[in-house]
Amino acid sequence: MLYLDEQFRLNVGLAEMLKGGVIMDVTNAGQAVIAEKAGATAVMALERVPADIRKEGGVARMAPISKIREIQKAVTIPVMAKARIGHFMEARVLEALKVDYIDESEVLTPADEEHHIDKRSFKIPFVCGARNLGEALRRIAEGAAMIRTKGEAGSGNIVEAVRHIRTIVKEMRQLTVLGKEELVAESKKHQAPLELVQYVAEHGKLPVPNFSAGGIATPADAALVMQLGAEAVFVGSGIFKSDDPEARAKAIVKAATFYNDPEKLLEASEELGIGMFGLDISKLPESELLQTRGW
Amino acid sequence: MPRVGVLALQGDFEAHRKALERAGAEAVEVRTAAELADVDGLVIPGGESTTMLKLLRMDGLFDALREFGARKPVFGTCAGAILLASKVLSPAQESLGLVDMTVERNAYGRQIDSRIVKLEPEPGAGIEGAVESVFIRAPVIREAGPRMKVLLKYEGAPVLAEDGRHMVATFHPELTGDTRIHRRFLEKLAAG
Repeated sequence: MLYLDEQFRLNVGLAEMLKGGVIMDVTNAGQAVIAEKAGATAVMALERVPADIRKEGGVARMAPISKIREIQKAVTIPVMAKARIGHFMEARVLEALKVDYIDESEVLTPADEEHHIDKRSFKIPFVCGARNLGEALRRIAEGAAMIRTKGEAGSGNIVEAVRHIRTIVKEMRQLTVLGKEELVAESKKHQAPLELVQYVAEHGKLPVPNFSAGGIATPADAALVMQLGAEAVFVGSGIFKSDDPEARAKAIVKAATFYNDPEKLLEASEELGIGMFGLDISKLPESELLQTRGW
Repeated sequence: MPRVGVLALQGDFEAHRKALERAGAEAVEVRTAAELADVDGLVIPGGESTTMLKLLRMDGLFDALREFGARKPVFGTCAGAILLASKVLSPAQESLGLVDMTVERNAYGRQIDSRIVKLEPEPGAGIEGAVESVFIRAPVIREAGPRMKVLLKYEGAPVLAEDGRHMVATFHPELTGDTRIHRRFLEKLAAG
């Protein structure tokens, strides 16, 4: 099977190692050290956290190289970085820089409004966002070795991540009860390769790890998406836009492990303040949504 | 049927659980000292050793695990092997000290240096035929103490070894369909 070549297995292998953990957005070495000390499994290097991108506007690009290098030097855990959707040359630069994972991300301003990066031609793994099963499978077909929900980055509001993980999980479950002959029509409906639709129908899950991102701001948010089927979480603005980054980072790490244990969640949340300011997504104009970027 | 725990704080514990089941064991996830008390042996999976260490420390599981290892077999892969070592380099970090070896973290480099290789077992290892070995941001065993029995080597360094009842692999046997290494660990449980 196309999806089981050696490079793909190594790419998925690293995603397996990140399960049950928290990947944190950081913009400098100081934040990266705080994240690592709190127990992050990886950090995501970026120029501005999504909440600031949202507030300040303008074109959001790959982080400056000096910042990524500074972060790589500061920590021993994997360092990820974001490239713009379709911007395969930003991705090539990140590959030359030997980042451990590239996030082809809707949080940055898209560079191509039709095509995503051909991720199979790279020697390092990619993660991509998705709102539904079809989008997830199209990204996997392009070579993504990890899927995360898009949620609504920088909003501090979990509602979109919940919608996306529920949608993906429900659409996967639905495939498992269908007959073989029905899968061809499903492939057409989801606009995804038949081979991948068949895989999901047989296994009831994606062929790559399925994480959640976009709006996670509290330990309970992290536990909620884990309960709904996410295998790990990304936290962007939720940590460094709060008043208590160190304590909050630590608490969310604990929540990703003990998502099934309310007593432990209570312990983890005990000393936290109110968290980042959140946005009511239903009041945001369509043009300000980040999740609709990507095709 | 042996009841084997998989430390499920973080990492690829699900892959280990499935590998153990394929090898014929009952596998259960372990997150607390109470759950640890209920198993005959333990697998510490791959993942981030720094993260696991934080979580072990948060709830006092660290000491319970060290005590468990004094009586029962533990198998650590990659991050799990780092946690079992007696000494950790690059940078130095705390470890359980159950296996007499010095380990250097991320010694091959970053993800781009991760690799899959086929390795021939050492003479007398008791493993028949080559073993497909998946190395992901793997550590290197820089020194193995006199008690260690080396089963597989790569580029001159041990990558699969035993120290009495314990076993360590710097690669990921749980990410292949091959159950020989997990079965070998189950034999240690049977031996007590």
